[in-house]
Amino acid sequence: MSVDRNTVKQIAKLARIRVPEEQLDHLAGELTNILSWIEQLSELDTEGVEPMTSVVEMHPAPREDVVNDGGIAEKVMANAPEAAGSFFAVPKVVE
Amino acid sequence: MESLTTLTIAEARDLLAKREVGARELTEAHIAAVEAARPLNAFITETPGKALEMAAASDDRRARSDGADLGVMEGIPIAVKDLFCTEDILTTAGSHILDGFHPPYESTVSANLWRAGAVLLGKTNMDEFAMGSSNMTSYYGGVENPWRARQADNRPLVPGGSSGGSAAAVAARAAMGATGTDTGGSIRQPAAFSGIVGMKPTYGRCSRWGVVAFASSLDQAGPLTRSVRDAAIMLRAMAGHDGKDSTSVDCPVPDYEAALTGDVRGLRIGVPEQYRVDDMPDEIEALWSQGIDWLKAAGAEPVEISLPHTKYALPTYYIVAPAEASSNLARYDGVRYGLRVPGGELDEMYEATRGEGFGAEVKRRVLIGTYVLSAGYYDAYYNKARRVRSLIAKDFTDVFETVDAILTPTAPSAAFAIGEKMDDPIAMYLNDVFTVPASLAGLPAISVPAGLSAEGLPLGLHVIGKAFDEEMVLRVAGVLEAAANFTEEPAFIAAGRRTGS
Repeated sequence: MSVDRNTVKQIAKLARIRVPEEQLDHLAGELTNILSWIEQLSELDTEGVEPMTSVVEMHPAPREDVVNDGGIAEKVMANAPEAAGSFFAVPKVVE
Repeated sequence: MESLTTLTIAEARDLLAKREVGARELTEAHIAAVEAARPLNAFITETPGKALEMAAASDDRRARSDGADLGVMEGIPIAVKDLFCTEDILTTAGSHILDGFHPPYESTVSANLWRAGAVLLGKTNMDEFAMGSSNMTSYYGGVENPWRARQADNRPLVPGGSSGGSAAAVAARAAMGATGTDTGGSIRQPAAFSGIVGMKPTYGRCSRWGVVAFASSLDQAGPLTRSVRDAAIMLRAMAGHDGKDSTSVDCPVPDYEAALTGDVRGLRIGVPEQYRVDDMPDEIEALWSQGIDWLKAAGAEPVEISLPHTKYALPTYYIVAPAEASSNLARYDGVRYGLRVPGGELDEMYEATRGEGFGAEVKRRVLIGTYVLSAGYYDAYYNKARRVRSLIAKDFTDVFETVDAILTPTAPSAAFAIGEKMDDPIAMYLNDVFTVPASLAGLPAISVPAGLSAEGLPLGLHVIGKAFDEEMVLRVAGVLEAAANFTEEPAFIAAGRRTGS
């Protein structure tokens, strides 16, 4: 599997990570190496094998449907890089 | 007089119980040791004020008590990996993107430790978001291993990772124990590199609530200590069911110390042929044989076993873990906490924040994770890996029909020099070749220091057990520890204040 600079650009966009133009080729090389190494899984026949969802068999009991937390807006907002009252502030998204 | 900072947790506990030493005295000695250990860069945040406060409260509790109601960690000063949220104390996960984050809550595992009486010395350095095997990916800089090679050029070495700060702090006698987290080997590999004990319990044994998430189906908290007994004591305090983590298992936590019977007679110990990897150094192979002989001499029976899918564990891990990481790390967007880098539009703000806030290894993994989860590749990569993971887990289930525990080396080498393997991600990933399979299968495992390499660096042996059979893992580890009698010390010991001085 080979990843080119355009693919890197596209997945970086999906991941919302800015990658400077001059790093695209280097990253493409690194990701290609990693994906080619991972590729060895394809030699294994996994027909009929269930994909793992939980590593330990668990039967979580349903919990009471009650409000057990909340009313702590001040604490929730305490780490906000930018706040307006008890709202998180972001660049304008609607005109 | 014996220094307070060289005591094990068990020894300190007994002195505290006999009131021959107070929590405050013990904590002061360790605060001095944490300061003395600064050249190692093992701590991101030191909390001496908090430590003294907690130690005073511990002494008060003891003064009012007949001892019966005191916790198992009462008065014991420890360090906490900076992946555990600690209320009102900076928590960074080793990342720039969590700049200034002061959690408004406490992780369940650390809260359990405080309830058991432990004292917080500080938050330890780590690979960014626990992604790494060298501690070199931390935004706060690498950690130096307190051990140095005897020969060669005496270059500073890595402590392993991702719990590198925790391992270095405990090895250098700056903390009596430390919490770590292990996703693919992040407790056991640094424990081996630093000549200490590191244990990952069964997935579900410790609550993940309040632990910054990397790969949720793999992450598990565990202790790093200087003895197997200390690991048993500390794990008991950390473990337990938690309604706030739906994957935390509701089964009683045994008194793990009681499992240290020293008796392995009649136990069947599996030795997996697939772990004899190509180009394994002779000294690792020799240590492994030595471990088998020790257990045999103690009355156990070594059994050759086969775990046929072992070679697929690492590539499986490097699909599953990045996939989960790419989802978990989506929350770092510059809106609710941590770093924000301004951008004109909302998307530009996200991209600028994440571009600047994440380091190279984290970006690589988030990109790989995004790729393997993207439309068209989901089945070929992610579902394929989940299928192989089922096969790997079944390998273990099958062999545990006939053996009680499995013995392997912890890592394929001793600690390497700072800066090595940084330009070759796959070479770095190969550090975890022996630890990743047990992680994928969710099984409990421990690393015990068992000998020195030709260069005088510590090497570890690795014991894997059945799910929720931590007692068997500790029992076998205790026998290995006694046989190895590993008393060598690292070149750097943090000189804490001595008693009576």
